[in-house]
Amino acid sequence: MAEEGDLLHVVTDDEISPRRAALGRVLVWGSAGIVAISFLVVWIAKQGTIGLDAPNWRPVLYAYLFFGICLGVAQVVQRGEQGKRTLFILPAVLFVIAMVIFPLIFALGIAFSDWNLASPEGRQFNGWDNVRQMWGDPFYWNALKNMVYYTAAILVEYAIAFGLALILASEIRARKFFRVAFLMPLMLSPVAVSWMVGKSMLEIRFGPLARLARWLGWESPSFFGSPEVARFMIMAMDAWTFIPFMMIMLLAGLQAIPRELNEAAEVDGAGKWRSFWEVTFPLMLPVSITAILIRIIFKLKLADIIINVTAGGPGGATDSVTSFIFREYRDRSNVGYGTLLAIVYLVLIVIAITVFMKAVDRWMNPRY
Amino acid sequence: MAEVTSTQIFRDSEADLAHKAKWFTGRVVIYGILIFWTVVCLFPIYWTITTSFKLAPDVMKGNMIPWVDYVPQWRGWKSLGLSPDTIGTESTVRAEFLKRFMNSAITAVSSSALAVILGSMAAYGLSRFRYRFGFMRNPDISFFFLSQLILPPVVLALPFLVLYKELALLDTRIGLILLYTLTVLPIVIWIMQDQFRSIPVELEEAALVDGLSVWGAFLTIILPIALPGMVAAFILSLVLTWNEYFFAALLTSTDAKTLPVMVASQTGSQGINWWSMAALSASAIIPLIVIGIVLERYIIKGMASGAVK
Repeated sequence: MAEEGDLLHVVTDDEISPRRAALGRVLVWGSAGIVAISFLVVWIAKQGTIGLDAPNWRPVLYAYLFFGICLGVAQVVQRGEQGKRTLFILPAVLFVIAMVIFPLIFALGIAFSDWNLASPEGRQFNGWDNVRQMWGDPFYWNALKNMVYYTAAILVEYAIAFGLALILASEIRARKFFRVAFLMPLMLSPVAVSWMVGKSMLEIRFGPLARLARWLGWESPSFFGSPEVARFMIMAMDAWTFIPFMMIMLLAGLQAIPRELNEAAEVDGAGKWRSFWEVTFPLMLPVSITAILIRIIFKLKLADIIINVTAGGPGGATDSVTSFIFREYRDRSNVGYGTLLAIVYLVLIVIAITVFMKAVDRWMNPRY
Repeated sequence: MAEVTSTQIFRDSEADLAHKAKWFTGRVVIYGILIFWTVVCLFPIYWTITTSFKLAPDVMKGNMIPWVDYVPQWRGWKSLGLSPDTIGTESTVRAEFLKRFMNSAITAVSSSALAVILGSMAAYGLSRFRYRFGFMRNPDISFFFLSQLILPPVVLALPFLVLYKELALLDTRIGLILLYTLTVLPIVIWIMQDQFRSIPVELEEAALVDGLSVWGAFLTIILPIALPGMVAAFILSLVLTWNEYFFAALLTSTDAKTLPVMVASQTGSQGINWWSMAALSASAIIPLIVIGIVLERYIIKGMASGAVK
């Protein structure tokens, strides 16, 4: 959006007296001071030198809440009408800062330390040890490699979702029924899916899919025995839950294409196949890219199914980064190393997504 | 004259008949695909629900159709204390199950509500006013919110474990609600921004001329119009938070444990005790299946917004 100024333009004459402005400043700095003081008091109490006893850091949390309220009030006091507009986004901003920015900074601190939550020593700063350990950790690299495979599977999911969306957008009967039926897998919790599909339907003796496999001629089906098959099964289960998601987005895109365009193509003598590739598909590119991008983002969080079905096995072959860190923490309860792995993962994701978006941008808007 | 009437004027040419046959096979293929995919989507649900009424021999023989292949039994639901004959009696399993169920419901509903409130306000502000926080302009603030989407939960998980321990929020519903709100907030903001952009500014201008304040116009004029979008965002958040497992598994242990964690912990311990697992899984998915069938319109609306600009 290029325009300057508010979309909703309001002319107000707020006379902010100097005293009112000063009151606002007092509110902001005063409450900020309370946060600082509460932080200091708890910190000192935690050292245990003085008689004060602080069970936890809750007071700081309350002080932050109080600071947030004061900041909001001060906005109105200090800036009048303009301040009331800030109130729209201020709660969300404060919330995200408290819940993301602060923990991320904190995470950087723990990433470079050896911190076993079970041991009484507490946090031990250990410099680059975690990085060195990560460098030599074949399981982590393996998990990263798996993430590449899992992400690549999105292309297949996309093709299936596109096909289904095309059928749903064409003239069929009982469209609503099929739409609801196709949406169902998305509503199911991955944990339930792990049991429903991974543990019971794929059970090698009695599971219906195992029976089907035997009937089709696979003598002794084993779905999680070999790394390749196990990885494929995880991909299939994850695809099963998320294909509806892409399908709905693509369907919305298809329905937004004016019918005249395809009719015009038909009049010009293009067959179904050609009008798809030369009219529908190019028009669907922006929607497709949004759908794929969101799907990638969801895929990068993939963990629930892996944790519950294979627990990373056989031999870490199905591990995603998230499930690997989860187990790493479960087994050794070491927060430091896990956090470092997660932060490296985040950095890689940010780089990959940026490159992807730049490439898409370059490709969609070529500069000659 | 007679000759003319006797010849058939309208008749299908060879080409037209071929076209019809082709059209017919096309239909068969399309409905074949549709039915195949319906089976793929619905069979696991059917399997889970029917298995919860089976006994061990039925499972082993691979009986599929109730009343034809096997006689449905309440065995699975009995083990949860939810069958007709046990529903009146005391049951520790049912108490446990209901506790988890309520935990899931409370966290999902409150965090979705909180996210919709925070997100709608922020999205409205971003779609109507120009802000400047230091170097951050509107697109930057918008990006600041939406970029939370690419943050994988695992990055926050362990720091939150430590922070919550220090704040005594570990294993509390409040802690989980705050975290869930964070995970769905970007999605809500995305949907709501789209909603508010489609509402003409003239509406508020008229309201302001009539003497309402900015907030008055937002609450009394805009929110009712944007309500379908808010419902869509709420339902979508509800689905995501109800199903969330990763944070719940790490941050809760006894008090605030949610339903997915309970399902997951049973998977390991009960082995082949299929009927009770099936009953448990079924009861975990049934609320969302109902929501999916009843509110399908809103879910689709929520997911489609943003796809089409």
